[in-house]
Amino acid sequence: MMVSMTEIQRREQAIIDEFELFDDWMGRYEHLIDQAAKLPAIDEAFKTDAYKIRGCQSQVWLHAGRQNGQVVYTADSDAAITKGLIALLIRVLSNLPPGEIVTADLRFLDAIEMKEHLSPTRKNGLNAMIKQMKLYAAALSGADHPHTA
Amino acid sequence: MPASPATVRPTVAFDVDRVREDFPALHQRVNGAPLAYLDNAATSQKPRAVIDRMAAYYASENSNVHRGVHTLSQRATDAYEAGRELVQGFINARHAHEIIFTRGTTESINLVAATFGRSRVRAGDNIVVSTLEHHSNIVPWQFVCEEKGATLRVVPVSDAGVLDLGAYERLLDERTRIVAISHISNALGTINPVRALIAAAHRRGIPVLLDSAQAAPHAELDVQALDVDFCAFSGHKMMGPTGIGVLYGKEALLDAMPPYQGGGDMIESVSFAKTTYNTLPHKFEAGTPHIAGVIGLGAAIAYLEAIGMDAIAAYEQELLDYATERLADIDGIRFIGTAPEKAAVVSFLIGNIHPYDTGSVLDRLGIAVRTGHHCTQPLMERLGIPGTARASFAFYNTREEIDRLHAGLLKVRTLFG
Repeated sequence: MMVSMTEIQRREQAIIDEFELFDDWMGRYEHLIDQAAKLPAIDEAFKTDAYKIRGCQSQVWLHAGRQNGQVVYTADSDAAITKGLIALLIRVLSNLPPGEIVTADLRFLDAIEMKEHLSPTRKNGLNAMIKQMKLYAAALSGADHPHTA
Repeated sequence: MPASPATVRPTVAFDVDRVREDFPALHQRVNGAPLAYLDNAATSQKPRAVIDRMAAYYASENSNVHRGVHTLSQRATDAYEAGRELVQGFINARHAHEIIFTRGTTESINLVAATFGRSRVRAGDNIVVSTLEHHSNIVPWQFVCEEKGATLRVVPVSDAGVLDLGAYERLLDERTRIVAISHISNALGTINPVRALIAAAHRRGIPVLLDSAQAAPHAELDVQALDVDFCAFSGHKMMGPTGIGVLYGKEALLDAMPPYQGGGDMIESVSFAKTTYNTLPHKFEAGTPHIAGVIGLGAAIAYLEAIGMDAIAAYEQELLDYATERLADIDGIRFIGTAPEKAAVVSFLIGNIHPYDTGSVLDRLGIAVRTGHHCTQPLMERLGIPGTARASFAFYNTREEIDRLHAGLLKVRTLFG
């Protein structure tokens, strides 16, 4: 239908389609928690203060590395909903060139009606996650060898 | 009027449905469900009497206080000072001028730390607080200790959240300048044995500041019976407006303290050579005060007194007992804070479920609880937990709301189990 969907838009649409299968918030929450369970585990060595995202009420650790010119994220959180949200962000943004990540304009969180289910502190936390993912991508944009941010 | 708790039978006299009619904010739907407001330790809702009184003040009495020759200013001054007398009566202070209006408990404590603390504390002295304290009863004293080279001594608590009185007595010595301690713990609900704490400090000539932010809305507060030296509380937790708080201090102590902030109203005369200060309470109330706030607080006190603090305390105790019993069957629930003397606060964790997840799901169901460290990070560290979910009750809460909390927690269990 759409002529030129970017990779990010294609990934977002897949998530939107999944969430449309649920007609109540309980179902969407359950799906989000399932996403958390599927999140590739972050190396325990990165679960330190240096990799913590500030601005989240729960603890979130995010790591970014570069493989074959693409940014690869791993993350974890001690809260399931938060972990589900970062899992969705990683599905959308991981394994892409840094430039695409830095310029991404994400819309799927509104479309899946998750944002309205989030408290203001959680929205701030979510924005902090996106910002940190973009900062890592920007930091990795110059590097052409495996590198940790 | 004061009745012993054993003789009070509030369920007969206490009509919660009628009381709820007085609180407009309770009658709304949140996320499609009727609001169950269980975050009263953070702030209470406001009765119509308070909202209307403040609106009436702005509509027809608004004027500045204490310096106007005109009629409106006199009316505003009368209403403002009447608010002070209502507070005096509410806590049974000896004098109205022992009531200082502040922005809230935090400012009240900061005022004492900045004036009494900074003028009395020297290098090598110590200040005693407890592990239960809210950050607002820790950080102001840390300022003083850092500036003066003094030490902050901390009364330990048990796993149940009870202060260690033996350790408390051992911390007090001839270099202790003040004891600053919570009356009721905001995070756990522990009611501290304040009479014993104050008496032990006084035996050594040490003054005591009580953080009564959680106590003022829930039980009778008699500063003379307690013989407490300073007592701080907030209007917004006791059905009054935000931005208004109280510092009670014994006259002799307040008189001896230097002023807090400089400005209008707090002076007797000003010249570039020498400024002399006004008498109590104005010495500590620089600038135009929160006139509407004081008037609203007065209306809140009148409202609380009409219901009766004994009836409120007894009904809230029933809610606490019911909630503790009702929630006990949630698989994996762990109550944080199990002191024998507790106010209507239920702090808990369920299995390994993060309190933030618990709170988020309850919010979807229209149930408002607090999650996190409740501004008591040292206490959470002592208990070895990152935070809790906390339901805190007021006299307008119902058993039905506790049943909904129970059902909500079963959903939480299902989702995150």
